Amino acid sequence: MANLTINGKAFDLDVEPDTPLLWAIRENAGLTGTKYGCGIAQCGACTVHLDGVAVRSCGVTVSDASGKTITTIEGLATNGVLTKVQQAWIENDVPQCGYCQSGMIMAVTALLKDNPKPTDQDIDDAITNICRCGTFQQVREAIHAAASA
Amino acid sequence: MTKHVAPQLNRRAFVIGAATLGSGLALGLDIPFGPQPVRAADGTPEVNAWVVIRPDDTVVIRIARSEMGQGTLTGLAQLVAEELECDWSKVTTEYPTPGQNVARKRVWGDYSTGGSRGIRASQDYVRKGGATARVMLIQAGANDWSVPVSECSAANSIITHTPSGRTTSYGKVAEAAAKLTPPTDVKLKDPKDWKLIGKGVKRLDTADKVTGAMIYGIDVKLPGMLNAAIKDCPVTGGKLKSFDEAKIAGMKGVKKVVRVEDTAVAVIADTWWHAKTALDELPIVWDEGPNAKVSSASIAQWLAEGLDSGPAYVGNQNGDVKTALAGAAKTVEATYSYPYQNHANMEPMNSTALYTADRCEVWCGTQNGEAAFAAVLEATGYTADKCEVHKLMPGTGFGRRGQTDYVRQAVLIAKQMPGTPVKLLWSREEDMTHGRYHPITQCKLTGALDADNNLTALHMRISGQSILFSLRPEALVNGKDPATFAGLNANGDAMIGYSVPNLLIEHSMRNPHIIPGFWRGVNVNHNAIYLECFMDELAKAASEDPLEFRRKLMAAHPKHLAVLNAVAEKIGWGTEAPQGVHRGLAQLHSYGSYVAAAAEVSVTDGTKIKVHRIVAATDPGYAVNPAQIERQIAGSFVYGLSGLFYGGCTVKDGRIVETNFDTYNSMRINEMPKVEPIVMPSGGFWGGVGEPTISVAAPAVLNAYFAATGKRIRSVPLREQNISFA
Repeated sequence: MANLTINGKAFDLDVEPDTPLLWAIRENAGLTGTKYGCGIAQCGACTVHLDGVAVRSCGVTVSDASGKTITTIEGLATNGVLTKVQQAWIENDVPQCGYCQSGMIMAVTALLKDNPKPTDQDIDDAITNICRCGTFQQVREAIHAAASA
Repeated sequence: MTKHVAPQLNRRAFVIGAATLGSGLALGLDIPFGPQPVRAADGTPEVNAWVVIRPDDTVVIRIARSEMGQGTLTGLAQLVAEELECDWSKVTTEYPTPGQNVARKRVWGDYSTGGSRGIRASQDYVRKGGATARVMLIQAGANDWSVPVSECSAANSIITHTPSGRTTSYGKVAEAAAKLTPPTDVKLKDPKDWKLIGKGVKRLDTADKVTGAMIYGIDVKLPGMLNAAIKDCPVTGGKLKSFDEAKIAGMKGVKKVVRVEDTAVAVIADTWWHAKTALDELPIVWDEGPNAKVSSASIAQWLAEGLDSGPAYVGNQNGDVKTALAGAAKTVEATYSYPYQNHANMEPMNSTALYTADRCEVWCGTQNGEAAFAAVLEATGYTADKCEVHKLMPGTGFGRRGQTDYVRQAVLIAKQMPGTPVKLLWSREEDMTHGRYHPITQCKLTGALDADNNLTALHMRISGQSILFSLRPEALVNGKDPATFAGLNANGDAMIGYSVPNLLIEHSMRNPHIIPGFWRGVNVNHNAIYLECFMDELAKAASEDPLEFRRKLMAAHPKHLAVLNAVAEKIGWGTEAPQGVHRGLAQLHSYGSYVAAAAEVSVTDGTKIKVHRIVAATDPGYAVNPAQIERQIAGSFVYGLSGLFYGGCTVKDGRIVETNFDTYNSMRINEMPKVEPIVMPSGGFWGGVGEPTISVAAPAVLNAYFAATGKRIRSVPLREQNISFA
């Protein structure tokens, strides 16, 4: 059993402590916006926030996350009001298939929290998620748009 | 010499699929109209098969092809809406299921979404669908007012009776319109009158992708659902010998361990994580079969033998290459190669199936709903009325999800758990090692220059794999795979852009056991490298500028030339590049569209490439949504350059070596060049946009690398040559 706080809600989950947080979020808490891509912390599709820091949830265990504040893509908007990043994503028509975009948006949200006006170099250094559709050009535009919104 | 055994063809699946689905297409307007309108699920009447209009004026446009990120859903909706004259802000879309399509004599036509054909192969009948609905709606309005229909018109979902100024909305007359007999002779708009086609409107499917609400196949939840993890024999052609189920019997959540055909074993558990964990602990013995000694080296040697000897199919020929080569002032010869590539879809293959004693339903992301449907029929033995496939958003397709192996597996697993829905998800490792790989080929090119450095002969001999041989043998023509000549044909929608007086392009077919597939761009990925890098080699031998050398050969191909000129001009070809920056060009015609790219790169120590800037032009004839085309162009460089730098699947002991993104990497944002797209529709034809540009990504960069270093790269991937992104 594990007690996790996800998007402000307490979850009492029947899950082993060494289960990757990704699978506890998806299968036990039922929040499927966080995606499985590689399972080895390479692609970033499973990025969530742990106490406000972007982490790849496939590489974090449930016991690591216990007692911390977990935010997933579903927890960004409040009362249906999208965040600046989400709005910029819509305005710039960023997603293609969209599968990597939950993780991309979580990584960008964390970046902008620490660095509200990132340069292109800052973006290159911080955003390392894989997007096979190749939306990077729009991702970059949308990050700058969100930063100046 | 290692023995190479061709994969077994599943002819039975094809025959059953084709028979079930019927032959002749009943496109667009073959609708069972009668006194009672056909109703959508919510009770709203269909105006016709393509258009449902609700009383609140919401317009539901039916989309048969699969959206997978390429934007076809939005583009197809634009085509229907253009003719329908509806309010674009009220447009939503829905997928009619494959089962409905079969039940209604394929009223929505072909579901297959590959070959960049979503729009170009359905534009005519979907526009007619929209136009037919418009005519019926206006007629219904005129009937309501008892006025001649010629006095009425429609725009923005509002019907106006011009003499009286009276108006009504589509939503108010849709019920009446649905009861009318559809006209059979609708006239489509002149392209000059288009208002929505050609406009870069935003995609219709974005909102749920930024909140996590979009449901992909991997996200399906059904009551009582279990989860399955699978391991198929690591060597294609091998079999599952045995497994020791007792060793994992007590593991948490495990419900059942099942064989899947004679090659795979799956663990079914409450969660996928439990299933995967138990599967990793399961002792499995494989019979690796006849291909267990095949390696990249043995395949390369077998293909190399095909460059010089043995039978070959001729794809394009004019003049007499042999004589011209013999009489040449100078000849140039080079051998190139292109490796296996994995699609590496972000969402690994998965499918959910519910099998009962009299019915089977499947939920999956697929590029071909009808093929998935046929796979369900084949795996169950059930008739079409007892099966259904529910298409979900795929986390990319790239050609991989046109295949149905993962659907068949899910059904075969669910058959062993009747009444319980089971979701089968491949691990990334299973996905990377059981792909349908970009085919492996080599190519020997020989060119002849006369004393004035004119190209007098070109001989291309490709040796390697045919996709159609393995996946669609019925499409072979007397054994030849015509698709292997994509971009090199004398005519058609993938035509060589050069006039060479003596030309011979041939294919020596050699099919290793690794199963090939349609990898975004398909055969043009290697053909464009072979042709366009070799054109640079010829230009070098002729001591000419690569652009000028090409131009001399392109007089009879003005559309090829136009895109090449466009990128040359915008990149500043012929003007001085920034310090340390060098340029390369490439062009090709495929999937009906003319594309070209120009790259600016700098190279450090001969091994670190920085791609600064790409200019890429596309002439797709008509450009339905230029904003989405620009995104397809930019994205093509991520896919194409990832394949060039990081791709390449190695074969060792009969199996694929690369198992995840740590060894089969993909470009990140810091490696992304600035891409400047030029969308230049010349009108009069419909070309695809999802794939053509990929082909020119690699050769443009390789030619720029040569300009920078004087070193010619003739094989892919660059990682094997210790060359990387700077």
